[in-house]
Amino acid sequence: MREITLSQAVNEALAEEMRRDPTTFIIGEDVAEAGTPFKVLSGLVEEFGTSRVIDTPISEPGFVGIGVGAALTGARPIVDLMFGDFIYLVMDQLCNQAAKQHYMSGGKLSVPMVLRTNLGATRRSGAQHSQSLQALVAHIPGIKVALPSSAYEAKGLMKTAIRDNNPVVIIEDKLMYQDKAPVPEEEYLIPFGEANIKREGSDITLIGTSSMVQVAEAAAKILEAEGISAEVIDPRTIVPLDEDTLLKSVRKTSRAIVIDEGHQNYGITGEIASRLNEKAFYYLDAPVLRMGAMDVPVPFSPVLEDLTVPTPERVAENARRLCAGEMIHAA
Amino acid sequence: MTSKTKTRTRTKTASSLSKEEHLRMYTQMVRIRTFEDNANQLYLAGKMQGLTHMYSGEEAVAVGICEALTDSDRITSTHRGHGHCVAKGANYKEMFCELLGKQEGYCRGKGGSMHIADQSHGNLGANAIVGGSMGIATGSALRAKLLGQDDVTVCFFGDGATAQGLLYEVMNMAALWKLPVIFACENNGYSEYTKTEEIAAGSITARAEAFGIEAFQIDGQDVLAVNELSKKLVARCRDGDGPFFLELMTYRYHGHHVGDINREYYRSKKEEADWKENRDPIIRFRSWLVEQGIAKEDEIEALNAQIKQDAKEAVAYAEAAAYPGLEEVDMHVYAETDPATLQAGK
Repeated sequence: MREITLSQAVNEALAEEMRRDPTTFIIGEDVAEAGTPFKVLSGLVEEFGTSRVIDTPISEPGFVGIGVGAALTGARPIVDLMFGDFIYLVMDQLCNQAAKQHYMSGGKLSVPMVLRTNLGATRRSGAQHSQSLQALVAHIPGIKVALPSSAYEAKGLMKTAIRDNNPVVIIEDKLMYQDKAPVPEEEYLIPFGEANIKREGSDITLIGTSSMVQVAEAAAKILEAEGISAEVIDPRTIVPLDEDTLLKSVRKTSRAIVIDEGHQNYGITGEIASRLNEKAFYYLDAPVLRMGAMDVPVPFSPVLEDLTVPTPERVAENARRLCAGEMIHAA
Repeated sequence: MTSKTKTRTRTKTASSLSKEEHLRMYTQMVRIRTFEDNANQLYLAGKMQGLTHMYSGEEAVAVGICEALTDSDRITSTHRGHGHCVAKGANYKEMFCELLGKQEGYCRGKGGSMHIADQSHGNLGANAIVGGSMGIATGSALRAKLLGQDDVTVCFFGDGATAQGLLYEVMNMAALWKLPVIFACENNGYSEYTKTEEIAAGSITARAEAFGIEAFQIDGQDVLAVNELSKKLVARCRDGDGPFFLELMTYRYHGHHVGDINREYYRSKKEEADWKENRDPIIRFRSWLVEQGIAKEDEIEALNAQIKQDAKEAVAYAEAAAYPGLEEVDMHVYAETDPATLQAGK
């Protein structure tokens, strides 16, 4: 199968869906000729023109609000938020407006809008361009949240996101844009709420999101050499969450670590760990461990920044100790 | 107000509307006032829970504008939204049901006073965040332009909302992209419990003009003047001449919300009485209709009586109506997506 980058995969998904549905359009800062700072959208304006690939002023609440209004009245906007950190700027439009319209109207209005943005530290971008804020939006009923872990997922999840009738926040890891993966030539979509078992194992379940799937896979390789068999699962969407697949795995392995690049406090890792504890308690041989980003603003200094995110070595170390029956204090 | 802003007052005699159109405007204004009188009573009698904000006194604004629109034109409304909802064509029954949280309400009782929406008439909904719908209105207008549809969107908001940054972000984009949206600022003199002059520096219309948006300040108590100007601007929007900005000078008879009873610390009873006695939009229009020989007093009295009766019946209906079933609590969090559309090749 051909291999393409995550960036190309997103680009293909957008182009295919824009060809398929004339009500779709892209709106955001520097999305047209610039193709975004990460060049993910390069070439789209040439095909679809500036009426469907719309450059905006630097007005995040404004253009997200415009996306909500366009979606409410019959279009399918793909709103491009240049950095995930800017989610704070658009919280009212996303969480008070987009998320609640369907419910507040008793099901009469809906907001089929995609907000695509990014996450990920270790790019030396400092505290305001490095955050992984999926927990903020996953907390709000009415929003779906997808976290692609490779080019394959990025394409399939994006196509589903565009066709879904709800606000969907899809967050790509900005360090993965050039990572290649096998992606079929023929069309495919990845359904929401279906986790992917990336690697089967029997001693411990490593649940990773986004690039933490790669971290989990690398940890599983380290562990394999030591005779520990790790199962690696990628939930792919955290809202909706495929609890069944996660529970089934944990009931089999009786141990789990949840790895996500958002802050650990009050985060995705805590939510998933809690569900596993509530629903698989009697199958567990050890507490479900959370591994999120450190609860500090992301530091600039490379030596410090690298300490803040989970690594394969640290995941392997924790897995080793869990399997040895040691108690670990999280964080 | 800068010299560029156009101030509009209507010449008292000219009107090209039919008798039916005149009476419809009158009826719609009285329907709003009567709706609010009943809603206020429901609240004071403890039959309605929560928060609600009365539109009484501002009727000429909503009616003058909405009578210039069709059902395919959209509006976005505010926390003080009953007036817009009635003016855009909503029924009493579904509205009172919504205010009382009943299943037959426009939003199945899930929205309430501050989130009432009536999609069937193009009302995209009230909004409990001051200024929260400005992006939505502008996005609706962008959708019309992109999809080649000729509807116009009116964004209602108050003078208080002019202090929100979102307004300037979306006016900028609306002007850059020539969107068919009319920003309708209902200046009722008060930003919640504070005089507008204490929260608004300079001129409100000049802010729109800074973006190259044609702006008008108009007497919001004169329904014909509002309607006449709105029609022109709506037509120009349809021709690709938008956006526009209106500052409609009006007055809020009640407090910020129904519980804001003792308000002399921020405005005098004398001032309230002056607006009610001398500038009431319904009294003014009624006298004009009679003076012009368009309607007779007894005809108007009959209309008023009919509206009162309609409201009484709708309130009684709503009071007796069923609440949503408890299984509704987690319905409508997510919209359904037809699984067939999620297949490759579809």
